[in-house]
Amino acid sequence: MTTVAARAVGTEADRVEGLEKVTGRARYAFEHPIEDMVYAAPVPSVVARGEVIAVDVAEALTFPGVIDVLWHGNAPKLERVGNAELHVLQSPRVAYRGQYIAVVIAKTLEEAREAALRVGVEYAVERHDVGLRADHPRLYRPERVNPDLPADVQQGDPDTALAAAPVTVDAVYRTPAEHNNPMEPHATVARWDAEGLTLYDSTQGATSLRDAVAPLFGIEPSSVRVIAPHVGGGFGAKGEPHPPVVLAALAARRTGRPVKLAVTRQQMFSVTGYRTPTIQRVRLGAHPDGHLTAIVHDAVEQSSTIHEFAEQTTTPTRIMYAAPNRRTTHRLVRLDVPTPSWMRAPGEAPGMFALESAMDELAAACGLDPIELRIRNEPEVDPETGLPFSSRNLVACLRDGARRFGWADRDPAPGVRRRGRLLIGTGVAASTYPVYRSACQATARAEPGGIFTVRIAAADIGTGARTVLTQIAADVLRVPLGRVRVAIGDSALPRASLAGGSSGTASWGTAVTRACEALRDELDRRGGTPSTGVTVSVDTTEENGEPSRFARHAFGAQFAEVGVDRDTGEARVRRLLGVFAVGRVLNPKTARSQFIGGMTMGLSMALLEESVLDREFGDYLNHDLAQYHVAACADVPAVEAYWVEESDPHLNPMGSKGIGEIGIVGTAAAVANAVHHATGIRVRDLPIRLDKLLT
Amino acid sequence: MRPFVYRRPGDARTALAELAAEPGAMYLGGGTNLVDLMRLGVLAPRTLVDVTRACSDAIEVRPDGGLWIGAGVRNADLAAHPAVRRRYPMLAQALLSGASGQIRNMATVAGNLLQRTRCAYFQDPSKPCNKARPGTGCPARAGDHRNLAILGYSDFCVATHPSDMAVALTALGAVVHVEGAAGPYTVRMPGLHRLPGDEPERDTVLEPGDLIIAVEIPALPYAACSRYRKVRDRASFAFTVVSVAAAVDKSGGTIRDCRIALGGVAPVPWRAERAEAELRGAPIAEASFRRAADAELTAARPLTENGFKVALVRNVVVRALLDLVGVS
Repeated sequence: MTTVAARAVGTEADRVEGLEKVTGRARYAFEHPIEDMVYAAPVPSVVARGEVIAVDVAEALTFPGVIDVLWHGNAPKLERVGNAELHVLQSPRVAYRGQYIAVVIAKTLEEAREAALRVGVEYAVERHDVGLRADHPRLYRPERVNPDLPADVQQGDPDTALAAAPVTVDAVYRTPAEHNNPMEPHATVARWDAEGLTLYDSTQGATSLRDAVAPLFGIEPSSVRVIAPHVGGGFGAKGEPHPPVVLAALAARRTGRPVKLAVTRQQMFSVTGYRTPTIQRVRLGAHPDGHLTAIVHDAVEQSSTIHEFAEQTTTPTRIMYAAPNRRTTHRLVRLDVPTPSWMRAPGEAPGMFALESAMDELAAACGLDPIELRIRNEPEVDPETGLPFSSRNLVACLRDGARRFGWADRDPAPGVRRRGRLLIGTGVAASTYPVYRSACQATARAEPGGIFTVRIAAADIGTGARTVLTQIAADVLRVPLGRVRVAIGDSALPRASLAGGSSGTASWGTAVTRACEALRDELDRRGGTPSTGVTVSVDTTEENGEPSRFARHAFGAQFAEVGVDRDTGEARVRRLLGVFAVGRVLNPKTARSQFIGGMTMGLSMALLEESVLDREFGDYLNHDLAQYHVAACADVPAVEAYWVEESDPHLNPMGSKGIGEIGIVGTAAAVANAVHHATGIRVRDLPIRLDKLLT
Repeated sequence: MRPFVYRRPGDARTALAELAAEPGAMYLGGGTNLVDLMRLGVLAPRTLVDVTRACSDAIEVRPDGGLWIGAGVRNADLAAHPAVRRRYPMLAQALLSGASGQIRNMATVAGNLLQRTRCAYFQDPSKPCNKARPGTGCPARAGDHRNLAILGYSDFCVATHPSDMAVALTALGAVVHVEGAAGPYTVRMPGLHRLPGDEPERDTVLEPGDLIIAVEIPALPYAACSRYRKVRDRASFAFTVVSVAAAVDKSGGTIRDCRIALGGVAPVPWRAERAEAELRGAPIAEASFRRAADAELTAARPLTENGFKVALVRNVVVRALLDLVGVS
């Protein structure tokens, strides 16, 4: 084999599909051209709770182009699976406003949508309950929280410790419902043929979607193929399966024609998941020198009546700071609302807003610099499990960030820095994200011409995963990047975990590494590439199943400078700076994009994003990008991301930690802490809208 | 979206005739609002009469400094016009604070004036709204109204008018030239828009089929000393929470004359006549400005969740006036 001196991993390799994307040749789910295509337009419920008594399809069926209208009375029957959200058109029950209760299939999208407005639906309306409150009588403790963690954890005697603590913080923080809003709305093209079901879908996991859809239709996963070469963002919204893909498959089954279904932006506020609103009470007990004696973090969240999604809001508090007495809990209430799901750093993003705001309040109460407070409470080992950290460089991130940001000469007094009509303030917060990894399979093939192909059903949702896997493969094979092809985004490829939990590169990269190692060995054994080529397969189930003797987490520090207009209360971020400790950075270019993107989303969470619940009608009212404010360019000035050197042999063959989510974690608290520093006003309920700062 | 007929006449009289001939027809300007509303199912015109060729897209500077602006002038072009920037900075600032570059390139002057409220209930055909679906009720009063009106609303409608440009034109007393069925006529702003009363579906005094052909800005030399301040949740591409357009004519230590209009507070671009009256002849001082703002706000009747707008209007009016007179 040819060997090369230069290694690809660690270099700023360009995206391998970059040219395809910027020239418009990259095909997204809705763009796959298929003959005889028809279009589906869902009919959403306009009540939040009740029963569909009658569906009048007569008028819709007279519309030009209309082929069929499906509802629970005539839709093909689906098998029961664990997630009742996926039992689309199987029951007259309405669990939330916007739930799909019928679908029109027509020859054009316009005809389908117009006819969908003409489907007459009669409901038996029931009184709905959509209000999350901390004293809701139906609060309960979920068995486990996402992804599979205990709901409550207690150590020591936190109540006694809090009562005895010389310094305490006891505050309630609230985060609103937030919707992921990737640029590409969810879309599916579904086609049935003799082989089974093919889905061109915008998904974060071809294998997992295949495995979720097949049992609904009572067929083997091998009879379902999911194709998703390019995905226009997901942020978790395309991780778990949602109703639209099932509806498309159902419509295609019924009509016998390939069906296209594009979710509208408005519908994305009811059927594709969102971040649950949270009500979090944080209690900290400390000595006057800042050393924590007790940490209690209780979260109240919602899910729908048909599916339990329990966000792990307080779990980062389990590992962040040393304290002998600690408790973290989650309580859930099932309301007549859409089902929440993953949104970038579920758990960590809202949970760390509360914890890191409370730490800022504690720093003020102790008269300590907030960085020093965090350093004093740095744990030796994971406070929950007692396991040593595989690596933990939070302090290095805080110190490096402080130096880069210019923290040293900061005056802690709030509300005293003025520039024109602006009040200026700076804030800091820590970030963290766990290290996850899942089992995968992969194949690697050598062709006689010196070209190598790696196959794995991984997903590139805009992160650069395809590029990084190419870099990993090239290095293991010891060949230049240009000689490696990586095929992903297709469930016909060896099974892979989904792009979620910042685990993609770790999971897929391990399998790619092992496959390429095995291929290298095979080629060495054969003394070269045979004329027919050679393929090897690997499965990382065994390797991945080995329990780690370490607590494995990424850490980071976020710094923000804000300006708040004294006349209007308008808060704008002037600077954001993040430093992260994430093991080995495999591609600095795509990594920086992940960090900056995450930080931008955190800024957006801090100042702008809020899905407004309409209590009368039970839906999220501001259901488009004009009303649901995602940060625009003018909101995002200087954002800088750095990382510290971190060598960690206890992770995976690449030595990398996930980087997709940690950028959002901590950002909202850093901004809120900066707003407090600027104005003296502590905003504990996001977003930090101008009316909360108007004095 | 329902199928519709599309026509593009070359002159205003033909446009009027085509609109009159087709029941359910609507004029189309840049389409930045109407097309959205058609997609949402809020409006379903059977015919669209595109008037971008029927209306002038020229801007004329009159000898006295006034402007004559064709109804088809694009927002971006109006904002960039040297005379607008020099003589009526509040208008250029208002235009540039609205929407995004792409939308300003499409949006027309007349279309901007006639755009509909962005009240969430208005835009959702599955919900009641007296403005969009007369007689169905107004859920905003008890529902989400953080960014709705504190002035001029009625029991039937608490929506706000969304235009930034219209706020500046209201302050400037722009004259709207209309081609009506019985011939041309003019309306001086703020008279174009009407308060909702018990007919919130009627946003303006125009009769169905009337076509705005031009907007005239009468000469106002002191408008060279003017500004538009827009308060918004997002730094760009967001509708106003509260805005003020103000122009001041100073004479010695007093305010000789002034123009003030407010956005984001009422169903119409709101001319602050009480504030203006309070200010005329008043000494240049923050206390005068505060009194002027308070005079206007005595009529404010905030809803449950938008009381903050009262303080916000006061702050923004005072700040805009202080900035204009050069007091920091």
